[in-house]
Amino acid sequence: MAHAHPVKRYRGIMDWLTTVDHKKIGILYLIAGGFFFLIGGLEAILIRIQLIAPEMNFLPAHTFNELLTMHGTTMIFFAAMPLIFAFMNAVLPLQIGARDVAFPFVNALGFWLFFFGGLMLNISWLIGAVPDAGWTAYVPLSGPDYGSGGVNFYVMGLQIAGIGTLIGGINFLVTVINMRAPGMTYMRMPLFTWASFITSALILFAFPAITVGLVLLMFDRLFGANFFDPAMGGNVVLWQHLFWIFGHPEVYILILPAFGIISEVVSTFSSKRLFGYSSMVFATILIGFLGFMVWAHHMFTTGLGPVANSLFAIATMLIAVPTGIKIFNWIFTLWGGHIRFSTANLFAVSFIPTFVMGGVTGVMLAVAPANFQFHDTYFVVAHFHYVIVGGLVLGLFSGVFYWWPKMFGRVLDEKLGKWFFWLFFVGFHLTFFIQHFLGLQGMPRRVFTYLGGQGWDTGNFVSTVGALLMGVGTIVFLVNIVITSRKPQDAPADPWDGRTLEWTIPSPPPEYNFKQTPLVRGLDAFWVEKVDGRKEMTPAEPVGSIHMPSGSILPIIMSIGLFIGGFGFMYANNPFDNTIISFLFENYIIAIGGVGITLFCMYLRSVNDDPGFHIEPEDQVEKGAKL
Amino acid sequence: MKSRTMAGRSALLLVMMTTLLTGCGGVFDPQGPVAKDQYFLIALSFGIMLVVMIVVFALFFYALVRFRKRRGQTGYPEQVEGSHKLEVIWTVIPFIIVMILGIITVGYTFKADRQTNIEGNLQVKVIAHQFWWEFIYSDLDVRTAQDLVVPENTWVTVELESSDVLHSFWIPQLAGKMDTNPGMTNRMSFKSDVAGKIFKGKCAELCGASHALMDFKVVTTTADEFDAWLAKMKTPVAVTAATEAGSQVFTNKCLACHAVTVDNASAGPNLAGFANRDKVAGYRDNTEAYLREWILDPEEMKPGAGMPKVPLTDQELDDLVVYLQSLK
Repeated sequence: MAHAHPVKRYRGIMDWLTTVDHKKIGILYLIAGGFFFLIGGLEAILIRIQLIAPEMNFLPAHTFNELLTMHGTTMIFFAAMPLIFAFMNAVLPLQIGARDVAFPFVNALGFWLFFFGGLMLNISWLIGAVPDAGWTAYVPLSGPDYGSGGVNFYVMGLQIAGIGTLIGGINFLVTVINMRAPGMTYMRMPLFTWASFITSALILFAFPAITVGLVLLMFDRLFGANFFDPAMGGNVVLWQHLFWIFGHPEVYILILPAFGIISEVVSTFSSKRLFGYSSMVFATILIGFLGFMVWAHHMFTTGLGPVANSLFAIATMLIAVPTGIKIFNWIFTLWGGHIRFSTANLFAVSFIPTFVMGGVTGVMLAVAPANFQFHDTYFVVAHFHYVIVGGLVLGLFSGVFYWWPKMFGRVLDEKLGKWFFWLFFVGFHLTFFIQHFLGLQGMPRRVFTYLGGQGWDTGNFVSTVGALLMGVGTIVFLVNIVITSRKPQDAPADPWDGRTLEWTIPSPPPEYNFKQTPLVRGLDAFWVEKVDGRKEMTPAEPVGSIHMPSGSILPIIMSIGLFIGGFGFMYANNPFDNTIISFLFENYIIAIGGVGITLFCMYLRSVNDDPGFHIEPEDQVEKGAKL
Repeated sequence: MKSRTMAGRSALLLVMMTTLLTGCGGVFDPQGPVAKDQYFLIALSFGIMLVVMIVVFALFFYALVRFRKRRGQTGYPEQVEGSHKLEVIWTVIPFIIVMILGIITVGYTFKADRQTNIEGNLQVKVIAHQFWWEFIYSDLDVRTAQDLVVPENTWVTVELESSDVLHSFWIPQLAGKMDTNPGMTNRMSFKSDVAGKIFKGKCAELCGASHALMDFKVVTTTADEFDAWLAKMKTPVAVTAATEAGSQVFTNKCLACHAVTVDNASAGPNLAGFANRDKVAGYRDNTEAYLREWILDPEEMKPGAGMPKVPLTDQELDDLVVYLQSLK
């Protein structure tokens, strides 16, 4: 066997900063996404405290607008997205029998770009100029003439993070297309892999739209352009189109992987194969396709006219059909099974009715003339929290409990898990169910206060109590993580009687995942072997030297470069007291320097050949590296 | 256990629906044809969706209870691949349901559009500002603000514009909402079936700090009352001995932004007929106390409002309040 190239292997914190291992990157996404999730949740609780009673003075109006903007932006872009990427990283390569993703370096770069984008957005709190135009950042309110300048952080942070998401999506597309184990045909891929595949395709087509929008907004804000200034021939509705051409597919980018998780968990814990697998795949593709045809249903009251409103109403309603197919397939997966109610499965099954409730209000919202009443009220707030929290977040928590042993080698405590589930689930419905009615009683969304005597007091009080309950549930979950992490790392390879390839290898898996690439003989590859009385997969190759990519510090430095560059552009016109600092910013030295760091790293990456290294059979230990 | 929660939930739903139906100013208490159509569509779509939910929930909870793993249960259940018959059923039936709803939706979408183009509608230009509403009766040469006075049984078409950011013009009981986009004009029509009512109007699109406080009112009158109101608005209020001093203060300190005659444009709200308005600052009762509070510190009452804190002596404030309250 050819000898391994000498390679520098890092330890400790440097290992985490330089890693290109998809499993470690998955953990980084989980930690960072979890951190932003807590920040976003805290913001939500502050919002709900302000609204607990009429005319509260807990928060000033302007701070409230900052909180609602940051809550939405953080939760969508910096909590939900990275948590999805956490699972895509941690699980997808294992599910298709791969040793890593197609582009490990790009994978690390994607993470660090997301992380520094999120950091940039949240640094606005420390600087005191916080985005305040809503997560949708509608112009002109988000334009240069209004607000405190905080929207710059939104524009820059999202652009940097957006690049990370885009390359992440491309990476997973290529991974699924190229890296499947022998026998893993498309129609044998687990549904989570399918959903992540479609989601990656949606990212590829949707993110360029927001990038264009953000670039135009950046030019308006920082360089005095007037794409969105009607006085100069610009158009304010243009932003709404660009935003929602991205924004609606984004909803499916988020929810499809959750559908995938639910499919895995429901099937595993019913001990049944997924009912109607091929129609599930078809429905996923159809939802992804239709997701691009419906963006203007966010704009029924913008004044697009009856023809546009009719078309987008019909297209929106059509999405109910493939979504309905999925719901029925899940129910009939449960049907006739031996359903085990582990915490993961509690989250998964509770997803089903909750998501149905969010789905039916979606169809109601699609009725364009009725939307003239619903739009921008708490009815909409209730609807999208039912699909995003009741759908996506329940799905994510299901995935957390399901794959935690695989990621960390420890099974989360089931008793605390169930406490967490019930607190969160009851809290969720308390918070958001009543908001449907608040909306119909005339309560607009994004209001920092309201007058008494409008019939809204009780509803808002109940809603805040529910939010606090969700907060308590989340604390229980954090306690669970701490307690679990102190237990010995003794999770079995297959704690749930699983069906797919990730359960055939140790928990956590070794660096190279599969000592021998498995041969896949059918859908639910591991299950096929179990039914035939085997305990492990049939290998598709002999034991041999395994080629691995080497770690690199470049991804984090490239991201830091863009991070510095972002500040350089944002503060180019800012009056500083210090003349040197002023000079550096005014002449775009910081901005160009930051971007220069990134370009230089790209140059280094291009000219330096990275041959990777090999792990020889004698070094291939059965148990994975300790975390 | 679970099915009981569900029964409880639907019971709660019914109780809430009935309390709401008795009306407290929301979407459930429509007072004009447009809002009534919208209410019908909401009720219809909700009804259809309720049936869908009952079917799905029944299947779901039955499966959960019936097929939970029992103690001592061993072996594996049958691995069912799917069922073409069932899959066709739950594809075709939802498709038919949404198509029916879709056709009805399209019908009402175009109906609402036709209503906007009725000849002889009362035309009112609505200009949204941070954070107040300007109403211009284009054909009647009247400018006013905050209270939109309309006669009953008359189609009103609002031409929606904005002077700054996006806002959204919403009257829950009479019409839905429509955005006011800077640089464009949107149109929407509505009609009130009743006179003598004051309907709440709101801004529904985030527009800055005081978005929550950007309320307005729609005051409905009989045709005769409307004509009388017009005539009164067009007759400037005579300054009397009692209001002379306040009038002076107003001229010196307020006139730069506020007109008091209906034919003048002004940067701030036109104050002709101010004393008859329902609210001060758009959301507080139009009482002397609130009026004073508002003039003394607009920022405190309405964060981000354009009105500056104008330095006034106590005497000037007293006089000004007397004058403003004479603007009937």
